[in-house]
Amino acid sequence: MPWDRNQMAARAADELEDGMYVNLGIGIPTLVANYVGDKDITLQSENGMLGMGPFPFEGDEDPDLINAGKQTITELSRTAYFDSATSFAMIRGGKIAAAILGAMEVDEKGDLANWMIPGKLVKGMGGAMDLVAGVGRVIVVMDHTNKHGDSKVLTECTLPLTGKGVVDRIITNLGVLDVVEGGLKIVELADGVSEDEMRAATEAKIVN
Amino acid sequence: MKKVYANAAEALDGLLHDGMFIAAGGFGLCGIPELLLDAIKDAGTQDLTFASNNAGVDDFGIGILLQTKQVKKMISSYVGENAEFMRQYLSGELELEFNPQGTLAERMRAGGAGIPGFYTKTGVGTVIADGKEHKDFNGETYVLEEGIFADLAIVKAWKADDTGNLVFRKTARNFNVPAATCGKICVAEVEEIVPRGSLDPDSIHLPGIYVNRIVQGSHEKRIEQRTTRKKEDA
Repeated sequence: MPWDRNQMAARAADELEDGMYVNLGIGIPTLVANYVGDKDITLQSENGMLGMGPFPFEGDEDPDLINAGKQTITELSRTAYFDSATSFAMIRGGKIAAAILGAMEVDEKGDLANWMIPGKLVKGMGGAMDLVAGVGRVIVVMDHTNKHGDSKVLTECTLPLTGKGVVDRIITNLGVLDVVEGGLKIVELADGVSEDEMRAATEAKIVN
Repeated sequence: MKKVYANAAEALDGLLHDGMFIAAGGFGLCGIPELLLDAIKDAGTQDLTFASNNAGVDDFGIGILLQTKQVKKMISSYVGENAEFMRQYLSGELELEFNPQGTLAERMRAGGAGIPGFYTKTGVGTVIADGKEHKDFNGETYVLEEGIFADLAIVKAWKADDTGNLVFRKTARNFNVPAATCGKICVAEVEEIVPRGSLDPDSIHLPGIYVNRIVQGSHEKRIEQRTTRKKEDA
């Protein structure tokens, strides 16, 4: 069985080490926070906060306390607030150990596309380009194929890029791939997924 | 010099002109200068260029100035929540310059600090870097981005004293600090003006040197995405 959303999030949480400062994107990456266990992880929200807490209880929402997805959240005892320039200084400056992000396409050179589909409504890149250019390690979590069954792990991205050569590791419903010299390397297969199935679903070159 | 004004319209008196460039604070609807945006709508100033991370929603934030067609151009990182914005953009009525969020913040910070340009890795190899100067440092390629120098900055803070020292609250600080610094003139709206000496000098988020005019008023502070958990989930 390929991994479901929660299993992918749990696998991504294994990438995080005690003491890390981490930025989680919207979608499956947000679920990663549920699987960090006892590890001492500080979540950054790029609108200006370190130490992001869970959603508030009903009635406790504070319009001055939101995450980068504009959702109401809470603070923790370790929380620090800062302005947007400071927030992206720590991102660009490499102080954030890892970003876990969703993607539309990733390719064998580590190029990432996740902000724009030409011809469709364009919403903007937000902080994604800054994150992938600046953080220590970029981990993509996404389904291996799109809803038509086409591979999202490509020889070369077709959509406008968010970053060039920025992805370190790809976690999909089929397993885990690393971007290495010459292509992608299979690190792990989801339970019950064969290497042949992984290769068949991957357009990118897989190297040993 | 007197910095405190009775209302937002008076605080903007003599500062607005058609075709001007305004830097605005806020992230989504959080910490936006809602009173000053209302006053700009009432003033009817035309052909405005805004540097602002977002464009509000249809009936709140910069969205109200889109409805009245007062905005010529937006410099933003994300404009996804505004249907009128999309309509005007797709019909060619509105110009849009996408900036990566951190690049936009740094462009404001740099402008405010007298730095006309800086090199960043953000956007290298993407459409954002097309046509811009590139330069290698220590074996890595960076792209030149320019500082923002706005005619006017409008920001929202939590508390001020009458000298313009500002304190923000939680994540409502966001773009308000860099935006405030990059305007030739900065007008700040606040929830409360407190007596001089009652703000801790060690805890001022933006020193009053950056703030020319202050107005106090009551704020709607609308929530864009109300997300909660149930007590029994805890």
